[in-house]
Amino acid sequence: MNLNDLAPLYAELSLAVLSMILLVYGVLQKKGEIARKVAYGGCFALIIAGMFLYASPHDQDVRLLNGMFVHDGFGVFVKTLILIGTGAALMMSIQYMYDEGFARFEYVVLFLLSALGMMLMVSAGNLLGLYMGLELQSLSLYVLAAIRRDSIKSAEAGMKYFVLGALSSGMLLFGISLIYGFTGSIDFVAIGEYAASENALSNAGLLFGMVFVIAALAFKISAVPFHMWTPDVYEGAPTSVSAYFAMVPKLAAVALIIRLLMGPFDGLAEQWQQIMWLMAAASILWGGFAGIAQTSIKRMLAYSSIANIGFALIGLACADEQGIGATLVYMALYMVMTAGAFCVVLYIRRDGLAAERIEDLSGLSQTNRYLAYVMAFFMFSMSGIPPLAGFFGKLVILQAAVAAELYVLAVIGVIGSVVACFYYLRVIKVMFFDEAAQNLDKLDSKARHFVLTLCALIVLLFIVKPEPLINFAMQAAQMIS
Amino acid sequence: MFDLPVLSLMTFLPLVGVLFIVSVRGSNEEVSARNAKNTALFTSLFTVALAVYMAVQFDVSDAGFQFVEKYSWFPNLGISYHMGVDGISLFFVLLSAMLVPICILASWHAIKKRVKEYMIAFLVLESLMIGTFCALDSFLFYVFFEAVLIPMFIIIGVWGGPRRVYSAYKFFLYTLLGSVLMLVALLTLYVQLGTSDIPTLMENPVARDLQIWLWLAVFASFAVKMPMWPVHTWLPDAHVEAPTAGSVILAGVLLKMGGYGFLRFSLPMFPEASELFAPMVFWLSVIAIIYTSLVALVQEDMKKLIAYSSVAHMGYVTLGIFTATTQGIEGGIFQMISHGLISGALFLSVGVIYDRLHTREISRYGGIVKNMPKYATVFMILMLGSVGLPGTSGFVGEFLTLVGVYQVNTLVAVFAATGLILGAPYMLYLYRRVVFGKQMNDDAAKMSDLTKREMTLFVPLVALVLYLGIFPGYVMDRLHPSVDRLITLYESGLQKGEERRMAALSGVASTVAQIKPAAGMYEQEVTFVPAIAPNYAGKEDLPMPIINYNE
Repeated sequence: MNLNDLAPLYAELSLAVLSMILLVYGVLQKKGEIARKVAYGGCFALIIAGMFLYASPHDQDVRLLNGMFVHDGFGVFVKTLILIGTGAALMMSIQYMYDEGFARFEYVVLFLLSALGMMLMVSAGNLLGLYMGLELQSLSLYVLAAIRRDSIKSAEAGMKYFVLGALSSGMLLFGISLIYGFTGSIDFVAIGEYAASENALSNAGLLFGMVFVIAALAFKISAVPFHMWTPDVYEGAPTSVSAYFAMVPKLAAVALIIRLLMGPFDGLAEQWQQIMWLMAAASILWGGFAGIAQTSIKRMLAYSSIANIGFALIGLACADEQGIGATLVYMALYMVMTAGAFCVVLYIRRDGLAAERIEDLSGLSQTNRYLAYVMAFFMFSMSGIPPLAGFFGKLVILQAAVAAELYVLAVIGVIGSVVACFYYLRVIKVMFFDEAAQNLDKLDSKARHFVLTLCALIVLLFIVKPEPLINFAMQAAQMIS
Repeated sequence: MFDLPVLSLMTFLPLVGVLFIVSVRGSNEEVSARNAKNTALFTSLFTVALAVYMAVQFDVSDAGFQFVEKYSWFPNLGISYHMGVDGISLFFVLLSAMLVPICILASWHAIKKRVKEYMIAFLVLESLMIGTFCALDSFLFYVFFEAVLIPMFIIIGVWGGPRRVYSAYKFFLYTLLGSVLMLVALLTLYVQLGTSDIPTLMENPVARDLQIWLWLAVFASFAVKMPMWPVHTWLPDAHVEAPTAGSVILAGVLLKMGGYGFLRFSLPMFPEASELFAPMVFWLSVIAIIYTSLVALVQEDMKKLIAYSSVAHMGYVTLGIFTATTQGIEGGIFQMISHGLISGALFLSVGVIYDRLHTREISRYGGIVKNMPKYATVFMILMLGSVGLPGTSGFVGEFLTLVGVYQVNTLVAVFAATGLILGAPYMLYLYRRVVFGKQMNDDAAKMSDLTKREMTLFVPLVALVLYLGIFPGYVMDRLHPSVDRLITLYESGLQKGEERRMAALSGVASTVAQIKPAAGMYEQEVTFVPAIAPNYAGKEDLPMPIINYNE
């Protein structure tokens, strides 16, 4: 095989090679702030990977390695977001690692490896590629959750995440083996052909396999009823890691679900539409109601992420091009909002300790006006109040739902968003209406500040020029469906 | 003819003011507060100037939309930036533009903390209010309409009274729940007709069954905003806790968004459903008028009393609008304009004495006519305007509404007229307790009369209340063509519905013809088939409306 044939894989290859180089560099380097240097190196590696990603044309499908790897517009869109999200999460982490005392270069390498895993899994062309990519990212994330070895909470979070993640991997493998057994192939194209044929519906094994695979992936995106680990892991893991969890792996897993459902299982759309419908409705309502009771801001954001995943699944429940496009737009905007919100949480420190209760934000509008205002933007945006970006995410999703005649789901969605609005408003209430608590530590991190400002600008100004993102997402959706 | 994009200028000029306030820093707190106040006042006055320019340039004879601006915005979703005003929205734009400088001036000394943010909130609010009334794209409208919640939530929550958090939440969540249902309705319309352009939507009503659902969803939003009984409970809370200027805007403009929505969406877009639900709206309005008038009678808190009176007055508005007669609709609109002026001014007058004594309890005042004669005069005119005395603007609206209602439903008219009587006692009683009587409280007796600044606030409002009461022609001339057009749209919508029903019936006949091809006499009927639902031409893949033949 000629090396040029692998051109579409260069992005992944470069990321793999560069992360190994960074690993070796970190091991050999003895002096100075190694983690910081490696983190900047990591950002550089992500940029290189991004350049390779766009170097090869992606206006049509390219299948490599006997169909194990697919390079297409959809993949490029999602991978772009993965790279940007990972980079943003890295930049947010740098100062925090030192503040919290877990500044290890491995942290950065694990970030890069998980990003690599995610890129591979959204490009998977057969079930084995899918499983390998998924496991690479999951294993990196387990370690990341428990990176603060000396903290009981962090260790517990890692453990919980690992046990449940392993359970879901087991279900995934079981599903894969069923699918393989009943269709005789692991290749998405071959499975797709079988699923579209007439006897697919009478094939209970295939249906069971599909349900198991969906359930396993629902763990990864923490859709109700597979969401139980989310609040605990978000709370226990270091905040920068929780931010990463909320932003990127979810996006990748949603993309993977899209690839599976619109690819091999397209013929079974009527079957999985019901599952998506139910998970969407349950996630929106549960994420909305359960979030109200939270006092920890990280747990609140965890429930918010559950509710938001529910919204994204509405797009999937439509099972059409418009719905998929809407899901992609929604996930992209959600990533921006979550990144911003977690950035603010990273800032809130008192006496050298992270303050993670909602009350700790009291009177923030007086002590730190800038933070309070951008946080208000993110909260209003997550509530879906125009003219902020979050509204447009909800708008495209609801439009797709209405176009697909899922009126009930659309109404559940908007009502759930009003319920969730209650806890977003509480953050604003605490920041603006309450009297100031003690002063916060003065912190300065240029990288984090940059990410925060960028997110705030996107959320605020998306209304002015929305079409680039929407066009990009719609093209990606067109490629996959 | 209209080269100046005056609507966009009016909408976004306040935001430019916001940028100024944010970027200009004073040497200390006091200086920056003064700078913020001056910038806000200047910007809002400039907006008033633009509004006056617009009113002067407005073509009285044109029933359609004027000053239209249209740019592509979301090309792939078919949503455009489309602005324009007609005779109906013109006055709401004027009202919004006019009340904001008054509010800013009213808060000049009353607001002491976070002045900068306060001014920003008001300018943002102004921009959104004007945008709401100018938007001619349903999603653009929704963006403005909904975004209003943000500054208002902040205004109530930060500068409000002791129970401000509860009230702010209630206001926000109540209105949001209504609005999101409207969003689903707007999306459904968009998906059905492939456009979100309001003028186009008004000319193409959808099928009857769909109209009913959409009407209900839209009603949920506007009824809460209006507010109609029984979803009015957020209003007294919000009014009581909001700072004076917040109440003025709330009563003066935000409530009108509901009525405006009924006129722009419910009547022309869902004529058949409006006709169907009109009796329900009538009775809800009558209950609102009578019930809230009685509730107002027993209030101890001045702001709460005026808030309940607002609900009653808004009852006349909904009543008038859904009569779908010229007098009814014009009366409803006039009532909204007049209520915007009168209740805005009433809240200001409460604010005046509140600033002096820091209580809104009626019993803490009394006999202040002796030490505040100017105030007593102003308050009297406003009070009588609220009661609907001939010669004030309040009379015109209520009278026209009743004329309209009488044509449609005599019984409702009788009850509504009773409400007119019930409207008088609570205002007169309030006036008696606050202004006349013995001077029971020493501190109330020592209050100083209106200052020059306060007079400046009241003079334009009182002058307009009297002017519109005596010469309603200025408003009526401009309203009339647009209201006529609205009624034409409404009636043609009803007629289209009728035609659609007939066409569907003949469609059944033609199906019969297909079943029995031997009967050649039916062939003629088949030619009727393309006439089914002209709106659906080219959209055959859409689900056909289910039509109830038994009607």
